[in-house]
Amino acid sequence: MNHVSETICLAIGTFLALLGAAYAHDSLFAAHMWVLFFVLLISTTVMLRRVSFAPNGAVGKASPQSEYFDEVVKYGTIATVFWGVVGFLVGLVIALQLAFPGLNIEPWFNFGRMRPLHTSAVIFAFGGNALIATSFYVVQRTSRARLFGGDLAWFVFWGYQLFIVMAATGYLLGITQSREYAEPEWYVDLWLTVVWVAYLAVFLGTILKRKEPHIYVANWFYLGFIVTIAMLHVVNNLAVPASFLGVKSYSAFSGVQDALTQWWYGHNAVGFFLTAGFLGMMYYFIPKQVNRPVYSYRLSIIHFWALIFMYIWAGPHHLHYTALPDWAQTLGMVFSVMLWMPSWGGMINGLMTLSGAWDKIRTDPIVRMMVMAVAFYGMATFEGPMMSVKAVNSLSHYTDWTIGHVHSGALGWNGLITFGAVYYMVPKLWKRERLYSVRMVNWHFWLATLGIVVYAAVMWVAGVQQGLMWREYDNQGFLVYSFAETVAAMFPYYVLRAVGGGMYLAGALIMAFNITMTILGYQRKEASIGGSLTTPALQAAE
Amino acid sequence: MADKHIDDLSGVETTGHEWDGIRELNNPMPRWWVYTFYATILWAIVYCILYPAWPLVTGATRGVLGFSSRAELAADINAARAAQGAVLEKISNTSLGDILADPQLSQFATAGGAAAFRVNCTPCHGTGASGGQGYPNLNDDEWLWGGDIDAIYQTVAHGVRDSVDPETRVSEMPAFSEILKPEEVNQVAAYVVSLTGTPRQPGLVEAGKQVFADNCAACHGEKAEGKRDMGAPNLADAIWLKVQSEAEVANQIRSPKHGVMPAWAGRLGDTTVKQLAVYIHSLGGGE
Repeated sequence: MNHVSETICLAIGTFLALLGAAYAHDSLFAAHMWVLFFVLLISTTVMLRRVSFAPNGAVGKASPQSEYFDEVVKYGTIATVFWGVVGFLVGLVIALQLAFPGLNIEPWFNFGRMRPLHTSAVIFAFGGNALIATSFYVVQRTSRARLFGGDLAWFVFWGYQLFIVMAATGYLLGITQSREYAEPEWYVDLWLTVVWVAYLAVFLGTILKRKEPHIYVANWFYLGFIVTIAMLHVVNNLAVPASFLGVKSYSAFSGVQDALTQWWYGHNAVGFFLTAGFLGMMYYFIPKQVNRPVYSYRLSIIHFWALIFMYIWAGPHHLHYTALPDWAQTLGMVFSVMLWMPSWGGMINGLMTLSGAWDKIRTDPIVRMMVMAVAFYGMATFEGPMMSVKAVNSLSHYTDWTIGHVHSGALGWNGLITFGAVYYMVPKLWKRERLYSVRMVNWHFWLATLGIVVYAAVMWVAGVQQGLMWREYDNQGFLVYSFAETVAAMFPYYVLRAVGGGMYLAGALIMAFNITMTILGYQRKEASIGGSLTTPALQAAE
Repeated sequence: MADKHIDDLSGVETTGHEWDGIRELNNPMPRWWVYTFYATILWAIVYCILYPAWPLVTGATRGVLGFSSRAELAADINAARAAQGAVLEKISNTSLGDILADPQLSQFATAGGAAAFRVNCTPCHGTGASGGQGYPNLNDDEWLWGGDIDAIYQTVAHGVRDSVDPETRVSEMPAFSEILKPEEVNQVAAYVVSLTGTPRQPGLVEAGKQVFADNCAACHGEKAEGKRDMGAPNLADAIWLKVQSEAEVANQIRSPKHGVMPAWAGRLGDTTVKQLAVYIHSLGGGE
């Protein structure tokens, strides 16, 4: 019999969710438990239909295990594309809400609830699925070992999707502990902790049973990301629930300690989730796609350890000129500046891996995408240390410059490297000769790149203008602008920002179509990209 | 593995490891990278010596420069106060009439009032003081409570229908739904509209005129020109604060809405309120 214990666990979980809804301490918890109940009920039904009562042992052997456990990676790749489109769409909606406040639909779809939905969807649903899928893909191949733990990888994937659904529905219902990038309440946090420990077990177990003598650099970064996120998640979410059947909890920290804990978490979510994890992606997919060796092993060691050691200190730069003691502000700033070169080490290794294969930028839009990702990574990791300097921060803080900075990193680096990895993996995972359309990848590349340039440039101008307007005094020492005037001045930028975001979303929709058609087994008849080697050599003159 | 393969394209040796076909070149770290990294570390060390940096048991290292962001903020605020202090004191000690008469003082007070207005008043009165439905336009010469400098000062300082301030401006139009018959309300609404426009049913105007004289003229005046000592608005000009149609005029007669403005003297201090009064007086409607 297969899946019996899993099905029983799901059924028990469904029943417990029903009890939670029945005995809930508050109406929000009841609503959230109903959501959980229906999700688990559907899952249980699906599992029940798959239970087989064939004699034990007869099932597993019928389908011989392939070398690598790639089914879960396939699901992860599809989830990445799906959540990416959802996250970008919500981002476009909230960009439009800022420009046209009438689009706020009370109470479920107002900006306050949609904003965490956007950030969590793109960081944790899109980025998280990309990291889980690629890490499972990469660790198996670079360790020459099947994923450790058998079906545990399935638990990680589905458990993580459940976390996403609970977080997202919670936001729309109005359930939040109001910690930025960690808004889910205590019970969802506990669930994520369980899933994350399982993820660590699968990943580390696979590394431990590897058949290669050394651990590949991509796996250092993935492991650094998984371990540190576990620590950050647990400490930042330390809280006491007001009731075990209610949504509300109280943080273990208060005042400035609470603020610092939040930003220690928040900045390292950027550092370890969006930087270290995605560097792991870069270190595998760029050498594979360009078919060149990694530029420098020594650089990879030094920049890895420097990055890991220094990033963890940088959080206080989010709290310059606040109640945070000066010494902590100083440390946050100097460690951020020292972080500049360790971050750039990854950029150098990524770009220089192309030496000897630069022509591929012209002929291969996937390489083009990856190179642009690394270029945006370099820009964002220069801009970050610059903005952490107190003199710059006094202008940039609280303005849309920060939003521009984050998006040049998120759309440029995380987005483009993920798209590159997806385009690389899909034909291999589904054993297709090539993508449905390489020209569509090129369209995606240009839409995404232009979208980012519009978005980031507009937000830079908006942020600097906003900062200057806030601090503008006349010659008699009076403020020149009211806050309302600085908000009104942002309108054209907010409209243009939505245009940039719309272009980025359009590119992602093209990708979703292209990937779907590839998976379905179609190949578009199209001329190859100009200058590529597949063009026939010179024909003899007739 | 001793497979120290030489890369054909670059001629650089690899480390000899290989994972899924990926090798690593044994290139040195770029010198510029290493030296820039050292430079940032050196800068960080120097910065930590100069500024507060390391936590100790009960405090933290103070830094050679003795910097403190609180001290810096206090110095900035003191400098700003010192720059304006003399003029502010003069404004504080001068009557409003004398401020208007002194070009230097009135210019400063207008600028200061404008700055205070942007921060405190724009949410209701708008960035150009042009008001909105329910919030008076302060640029025109229509004043509910008076438009000379002292009346404006009084209104800003004590507010309108403020729940706490005993000197606040108070007036309350009764709900005429309990006094007039429904048709009388429609008649008087038609009459009020007829003063500046065309009512929907001109036949009601004549009856409405009588209803007005009996019930409304006591506060709004015989000619509906308003009475400032009661805060009763002029109904004979085309400036409407709360209503935009005859139906809304009728509603306002039946159950009037009353606006509220907080008293600002306690929040902003007398000197700032004086400057606000000078600024509002300067907008064009000041009397």
